[in-house]
Amino acid sequence: MSITTHRPLPTQIREIQLELEEVAAGYGLDFFETVFEMVDYEEMSMLAAFGGFPIRYPHWRFGAEFDELTKGYSYGLQKIYEMVINTDPCYAYLLNANELIDQKLVIAHVYGHCDFFKCNAWFSKTNRRMLDQMANHAARVNRYVERYGYETVERFVDACLSLDDLIDPYLPHIRRRPAEQTRPERSLDRDRDEDGNDGSGKFAAKDYLDPYVNPPDVLREQSEKRREKQKQAEESRSFPERPERDVLLFLLEHAPLKEWQRDVLAIVRDEAYYFAPQGQTKIMNEGWASYWHSTIMTKHALTDAEIIDFADHHSGTMATSPTRLNPYKLGIELFRDIEERWDKGQFGPEWEECDDLETKRKWDKQLGLGREKIFEVRRVHNDITFIDTFLTPEFCAKHQMFSFAYNDVTDYYQIASRQFPEVKRQLLDNLTNHGRPFIYVKDGNHANRGELYLLHDYSGVELRQDYARDCLINLQALWGRPVHIETVSDDMPTVLSYDGHAHEVAVK
Amino acid sequence: MTRPIDQNLDRFRKIVKGKVRQNLRKYVNHGEMLGRRGREVVSIPVPNVDIPRFRHGNKGSGGVGQGEGELGQPVGRGGEQGDGPGQAGSEAGRHIREVELTLDELAEILSEELELPNIEPKGKDAIRSVKDRYTSIRQQGPNSLRHFKRTFKRALKRQIASSEYDPSNPVIVPVKDDERFRSWKTVQEPQANAAIVYMMDVSGSMTDDQKEIVRIESFWIDTWLRKQYDGIERRYVVHDAVAHEVDEDTFYRTRESGGTRISSAYKACRRIIERDFPPDEWNLYCFQFSDGDNWGEDNDDCLGLLAESILPVCNLFCYGQVESPYGSGDFIRELQRIQEDWENIVLSEIESKDAIYDSIKQFLGTGR
Repeated sequence: MSITTHRPLPTQIREIQLELEEVAAGYGLDFFETVFEMVDYEEMSMLAAFGGFPIRYPHWRFGAEFDELTKGYSYGLQKIYEMVINTDPCYAYLLNANELIDQKLVIAHVYGHCDFFKCNAWFSKTNRRMLDQMANHAARVNRYVERYGYETVERFVDACLSLDDLIDPYLPHIRRRPAEQTRPERSLDRDRDEDGNDGSGKFAAKDYLDPYVNPPDVLREQSEKRREKQKQAEESRSFPERPERDVLLFLLEHAPLKEWQRDVLAIVRDEAYYFAPQGQTKIMNEGWASYWHSTIMTKHALTDAEIIDFADHHSGTMATSPTRLNPYKLGIELFRDIEERWDKGQFGPEWEECDDLETKRKWDKQLGLGREKIFEVRRVHNDITFIDTFLTPEFCAKHQMFSFAYNDVTDYYQIASRQFPEVKRQLLDNLTNHGRPFIYVKDGNHANRGELYLLHDYSGVELRQDYARDCLINLQALWGRPVHIETVSDDMPTVLSYDGHAHEVAVK
Repeated sequence: MTRPIDQNLDRFRKIVKGKVRQNLRKYVNHGEMLGRRGREVVSIPVPNVDIPRFRHGNKGSGGVGQGEGELGQPVGRGGEQGDGPGQAGSEAGRHIREVELTLDELAEILSEELELPNIEPKGKDAIRSVKDRYTSIRQQGPNSLRHFKRTFKRALKRQIASSEYDPSNPVIVPVKDDERFRSWKTVQEPQANAAIVYMMDVSGSMTDDQKEIVRIESFWIDTWLRKQYDGIERRYVVHDAVAHEVDEDTFYRTRESGGTRISSAYKACRRIIERDFPPDEWNLYCFQFSDGDNWGEDNDDCLGLLAESILPVCNLFCYGQVESPYGSGDFIRELQRIQEDWENIVLSEIESKDAIYDSIKQFLGTGR
């Protein structure tokens, strides 16, 4: 496998790497050892298709991606300059056809990414030995392919992939469920209901007021209701107790799968969790890397002759378009904005409360805290908290940001607002769960018939119906029994169902 | 050497071609790749296969963008947004740039994707033109053709080799031996003239979506034929119950209503051919788009006109029928009746945008 065997870098590139590594470390960037390799465009496309890894399990979608990338390159439509993967040591691939100036820029950019991978809290739980893990996954899937046949496994992988974003991206950082041992204690508490009342439902009151504060017939009614509820709870065989966000985990634990199927599902889930933080920090990660390539290049690495090419490449990367926010651009500008504000002391209550524009414009306390602040920001934030905390009305206006919305009469997206609260809300909306629907398992024993009942937490945007139906088919293939999803369709609460033979749509 | 990706690539191609896993065929989509020509963004047909996932629909969706624009100004169409606008992906760090394309490159890509054959132009043997192309280099020639860069380079090389070159005083003096001149080759080119007549039904039943399909399809047809011929003339006809010759802009924008008499368009087409394009000098292409909802008694007139004055003179007559929520779509069946007698007639039904590329392939795949 030629890709994994290490090929020494050309001396010239190696020298640049050493030089830039020193500069980067001098700025306080903290990264794992970084191994650069030069690859041609085919190899680059292959790595990119595989999500950065030299070996993945067999699946046609990697071929599709590869096809698109190589075509895009040979038609001159697009070019991947570089790829970095989040492992320890960090592997980075450089395109051997890059101009020397591009290599410099890209190497500087890579060190930004490496620092981010190592230091950002959202990556703290990722497996840094993912290279081995991916190869291991590939070996396992290959074994199942040999035993059960290519198409059988492929069909199953397809079904899993169709659900692979139904995970709980915060799971690695939070303990959602009580650990097993705590259960007995909870059962001791059973006499008390959730509000902590003693069970009679009585409010404390003086004797003479008691009949008024706690009218006997209401008390009776309430205790009846409570008994009813308790009876229902005891009779019900519904689970889980609370809606479960990690649908894949729920399927792993409760779906009637064969051993190999369970393993394939676990592999798909594992990889989804590995890639999740990259999606959660796209703006920050690209912004941070761009901030550093720009800083290092302009202050250290550029020669006079290279400045035009650098500017051309840099501006190409930063280009914006009306419908797609460029994460590179948004990220780098926000980091620069934060740096400037903390350098000048434009933060805190005093700044917030000041409503004199002129004073604000000239505000400069010469604190020089900017650099320190952005390092802190890159450590603790993800895209959502980053935008939530640091997007300011001034920033929005300066960068001409607007929100747009779909108009179902004209079938066009139209500019909806330039007001800061609206722009910010829309941006956060798009970032929250990557703008995808929130879906939970509500009941694994729906109607006491072992049917799976999912809940789409509707927040104003409806599901794409054709895709939702196809997902239900795949879900049913895994679950075995009929599956349902509660959602909203044409402004009506609706349940979509699939029982293995036919779809059903019921207005709830 | 086999690469780890080959197996996957092979599998993917089989799926796209429908050889295996036919149930995935419905997820095959086209045209995710964008190129830019001037200010216009064009999408290039690159097949991919979607994996269905729970996603938001268009309704109620939105995003954030950057730049100029008034409130209410449209920024993009529904359905084109793929994964939803302004999305941060979960891919590892990559660095991608878009590049501009020329029309020629577009045409080449198109032919590669759709495996279109080159056209054998009519009158190739009869009409030839001679052209000089400046593609080579000689050691002698007039000063006006001197290739400055090459001359300079050779002089520089010579001076460095003979250590006459002084970096602190970099003066380069070419001598006679250094000089290089552009030179030409004479090539014979077939002179082929081509004309396209587009006809579109703009009766009340044609919706904006259907016109969009016609627009995209004619763009690609134009691109392809332009690559095949040096000069290309285009004429546009719109019709409802009566036909009008219009300019390109009007062709794509008119909204008329009323009944449909396709024979009126054929008459207009015949007039144009007689007036502008004598058939023995021109390669004629006729493209007609309609929802196929013709006035019943008009059909016989249509077939008569076609057989007498259009089909005998044109290289290709293409009829594209877009699916309409209103029309009966009968007309294509009328044409099917005469399809056997004429080999230059191509019929295609275009159900949706995704079917455009298949339809182009049907139209131009004959190489006529």
